[in-house]
Amino acid sequence: MCRVVDMSIGHTLLGLLESGPRHGYDLKRAFDEKFGHDRPLHYGQVYSTMSRLLKNGLVEVDGIEAGGGPERKRYAITDAGITDVERWLATPEAPEPYLQSTLYTKVVLALLTHRNAADILDTQRSEHLRMMRILTDRKRKGDLADQLICDHALFHLEADLRWLELTTARLDKLAEAVAK
Amino acid sequence: MKMRQWADDLAMGVRFAFTGGREGWVRALLTAVGVGLGVALLLLTTAVPSALHRRDERSTARDDFTYSQKTLRKADNTLVIASADTTFRSKDVRGRLLEREGARAPIPPGVATFPAKGEMVASPALKKLLESGSGKLLRERIPYRITGTIGNSGLIGPTELSYYAGATGLGDHLENGRVERINYFGPSPGHQQNQLDPILILLILIIFVVLLLPVGVFIAAAVRFGGERRDRRLAALRLVGADGGMARRIAGGEALAGALLGLVLGTVFFLVGRQLAALLDVRDISVFPSDLNPAPALVALVAVAVPTAAVLVTLFALRGVVIEPLGVVRTAKPPRRRLWWRLLLPLGGLALLYPMTGQGNHNGQFNQWMVIGGTVLLLIGVTALLPWVVEAVVARLNSGSVSWQLAVRRLQLSSGSAARMVNGIAVAVAGAIALQMLFAGVEHDYTKRTGNDLNRAQLQVMVRGDVPLSEVGRQLARTKGVRHASAFSQGSVGDRAKDPNTTLEVAVGSCAELREVSRLTSCRDGDVFRILGGEYDSDTKKATKPGGTLYFDPAYSGTTSHPVAWKVPSGMRTAGQHQDPTGYARSGLLFTPGALPEAAAAGLRQQVYLSMDESVRDAYDYARNTAARLDPLADVYTLASSEQSLQFRSIRNGLFVGATCVLLLIGASLLVSQLEQLRERKKLLSSLVAFGTRRRTLSLSVLWQTAIPIALGLLLASAVGLTLGAVLLRMTGETVTVDWASVLSMTGIGAAVVLAVTLLSLPPLLRLMRPDGLRTE
Amino acid sequence: MTPAGSLLVADELHKAYGPTTALDGADFSIHPGEVVAVMGPSGSGKSTLLHCLAGIVTPDSGSILYAGREMATMSDAERSALRRSEFGFVFQFGQLVPELTCVENVALPLRLNGTSRKQAERTALTWMERLEVDDLAKKRPGEVSGGQGQRVAVARALVTSPRVLFADEPTGALDSLNGERVMDLLTEAARSTNAAVVLVTHEARVAAYSDREIVVRDGKSRDMERIV
Repeated sequence: MCRVVDMSIGHTLLGLLESGPRHGYDLKRAFDEKFGHDRPLHYGQVYSTMSRLLKNGLVEVDGIEAGGGPERKRYAITDAGITDVERWLATPEAPEPYLQSTLYTKVVLALLTHRNAADILDTQRSEHLRMMRILTDRKRKGDLADQLICDHALFHLEADLRWLELTTARLDKLAEAVAK
Repeated sequence: MKMRQWADDLAMGVRFAFTGGREGWVRALLTAVGVGLGVALLLLTTAVPSALHRRDERSTARDDFTYSQKTLRKADNTLVIASADTTFRSKDVRGRLLEREGARAPIPPGVATFPAKGEMVASPALKKLLESGSGKLLRERIPYRITGTIGNSGLIGPTELSYYAGATGLGDHLENGRVERINYFGPSPGHQQNQLDPILILLILIIFVVLLLPVGVFIAAAVRFGGERRDRRLAALRLVGADGGMARRIAGGEALAGALLGLVLGTVFFLVGRQLAALLDVRDISVFPSDLNPAPALVALVAVAVPTAAVLVTLFALRGVVIEPLGVVRTAKPPRRRLWWRLLLPLGGLALLYPMTGQGNHNGQFNQWMVIGGTVLLLIGVTALLPWVVEAVVARLNSGSVSWQLAVRRLQLSSGSAARMVNGIAVAVAGAIALQMLFAGVEHDYTKRTGNDLNRAQLQVMVRGDVPLSEVGRQLARTKGVRHASAFSQGSVGDRAKDPNTTLEVAVGSCAELREVSRLTSCRDGDVFRILGGEYDSDTKKATKPGGTLYFDPAYSGTTSHPVAWKVPSGMRTAGQHQDPTGYARSGLLFTPGALPEAAAAGLRQQVYLSMDESVRDAYDYARNTAARLDPLADVYTLASSEQSLQFRSIRNGLFVGATCVLLLIGASLLVSQLEQLRERKKLLSSLVAFGTRRRTLSLSVLWQTAIPIALGLLLASAVGLTLGAVLLRMTGETVTVDWASVLSMTGIGAAVVLAVTLLSLPPLLRLMRPDGLRTE
Repeated sequence: MTPAGSLLVADELHKAYGPTTALDGADFSIHPGEVVAVMGPSGSGKSTLLHCLAGIVTPDSGSILYAGREMATMSDAERSALRRSEFGFVFQFGQLVPELTCVENVALPLRLNGTSRKQAERTALTWMERLEVDDLAKKRPGEVSGGQGQRVAVARALVTSPRVLFADEPTGALDSLNGERVMDLLTEAARSTNAAVVLVTHEARVAAYSDREIVVRDGKSRDMERIV
């Protein structure tokens, strides 16, 4: 359920690095603790993601402990990396079902990095509403089948938004929990 | 078992009333205040008879003048008392001069020690008045030093002005009608309790019914305060499992709580009102708080009847209501109100009253229960008919301005509650109209036309004593505020010095002054006239045969006087009869001063007619002061065009006071229910204002909403009132005439109450119309 | 989105009810024919914003320009007249006069403007037809369903052809289907008369009928279109 989809693992790890350089092993543990829950990351995933980030210049190796291996490297985020996280957080997700894990990750990361989480939610809502307007409009013009299909999507989007509102209302509590 | 269930449910209702949070409290308090006001009025009204009785008792206990023919001998236990009653501004002052003749002389009730000459004991009210700046003028007339106050037992009311002053030498004036020797205070042997005649009893009965019935209607309305919110609470009770009967009984319990609290408040209001009554002075009538004691049986009746009625009224009011768990449903469309049983009530009333037609005529007694029953039924008929009338009329109203439309539609939807609101006023007005009509009808029986000619004189002064007539006339004429004084002396002559068979009136004055009381063709000082042309001509002619002797101031057995003989001259001139300013056409003899034997002057009384300058403030009191200076026992009468029987006047006063109280009370209840209704509609009002409704429109609609039912109520009340009035008049055997002035004034007062209620509910209405009402968060 | 082309513009509104701050520097603007949703959690100040914009309450500070006129300086009577003739209102509930029939309710704003009763009710009936409630004309509000009642309220709001329609949670008491129907009819009717609609709602599906939304939070407004 609450799993971060692959494409955002990189941004998540980057975000975790913002609070300071970490070993690969630390990164995996922090990720599992905050986002992994029932499905922890494999070391291989961490290794491959970090090397991709390294290649793109978003992280740099801060130091290597004796013994070698990816988990022994200490990574630090670069300025380019910070900008990348920033951009990712500010870009609303395309409104589609089962978004919440990504949104959740974004909110938690924003709180972790002391960014304004409410803005993320507002931006996301705006994006959702844009989609809902299109659906509503299609529904008004379409036949019964269109209406039913659009309604399905609308209700899911609405569910997302209601979750968003609820999360917004609980940001303070969440910030406390995340800070622990 | 069933009783137990009842008691449990009622108790639960009582608990709800007090523990139901702020709303419950407010409701209970509203009910309680309403019931309390009603109870207080009920207690006060029922206390009035006892108060009047106590007042009467004290008045009798201090009776002094016996007006007996015989003069008592001076003894160890006698007292000479003289009446020095006077009037200050419009208030009567009871004054007595006392001269103790022995150690065992009776002392008036409320007086501790006899005042010495030049001193007096005064009632607290008089003392206060004399010591105040406004009493200065009176102080001149009553110059005695105040050495004590008269206790309550010697006064008929707290605001009575009364004094006892010490005097000497009163024994020489015993033949004067205002001086008497007595040996006790209290009812004279000839005293008999004034029997109220049947018509007055009828009046009093009707007054009580008319005043108390609206109070009952009012209490019935008061226990319904806050009904709509209560309904919602009842629905909630049903939701948690109470059955319909239980919900009803719980509602009854809530009303019971309000009524019980109302009894407590009512007692408090009554006690407060009782104290306040002491400050009231309605047309010279005031009562001591301690006199206002309702009969214990009536108190017990009120204590039981009011709470019982509260429960019953609530159950009755809920009869057309189905309390469902999810809300209260008023049986969707209430069945059209039926007319026939509503008509039965007033018709029944008429049937009860009708058999007594004409009985007041031949001294017959009215069956009190039939009178009360008939009147009650007729008046209750108003409350039964009014909802039907309102429904029938309002259903036909239509078109008009927005405010009118809003009001009419609202009335169409809830004509019942609208009618309920005005029931009290309608009953009060109907009763008052009937009473006024009855009063107007019988008024002439209790009002004497005096025949006074107020164009000629407004004050009549009678002085005895040694001051010469010319001096009396001059002093009074010089008094501030007196335009003109016409003075003459009067007395009588008899055909014998002692116990005469025939007596003739005698008037002595200048030609101008004699012309005030007779018709003279020519007149010169030294002339004597005999008046002819009246019904006593034969006596006059017989007594004034030339050469005969007549005696001034003839003596009667038991009185002391000094007759003066006078020889009838020949060729006495004749004068015609002419009415004096009091409307009296005298007969007998007229003397110009030159013709009067000198010794005869002592036995004459001096009479002065004063024409007053009404524009001078306190003119009358200046004249009274002068008269008192000339003779402390002078009689001063204000001439009036008519005078009413005192009893009759006080009953009429009581009616006015009562009707005013009742209408005010009902006005208060109208206001409360009006405000409550407005509060219920707060949200609606705010939304109407939001889309731009003028405040004027809404205010007007509130006015219409009250005015329409009131107008109908007043119309119905007038009809019933006139009917009742006509029946009552027929009962007393009077001709039936409609007193339109009183119909208009009573309906006018009713209308004024509505206007006042609307005006008073405007500020809260304006406040409610503020958009804050739209806020939900 | 310059305020110049706007029909109704609010700037830096502040409003406090006693110790509670309802608005703390809120802005707003709307064009003719535009539907703007005002969103935000309960107690955020959405309704207060609507009340200020509609001239029902006066803000403590800030300016509200309607068609170039400053509303803050208008007298109460002027604002009432404005509400009567230029604005329309739909609230969540409790707005229909229970004693009047539906058609009389709809005709009410016209009658307040002085239209004769007959004329007003005729116009009212055509609006009721548009909102598909003409068959309820003779019924009282207590006798119709919530959705029907709300459509009657919409007809009433539109009957004067207002230039701005204020709707405060117009579907708050309705189920989805009825709510959608009301929104369909409301926005359609508003667009056809080129009326601007200020739509206060916390429901996304209702807000989806708008052209854009602003979010009110803690008395401050965010115009999402300007930010994105």
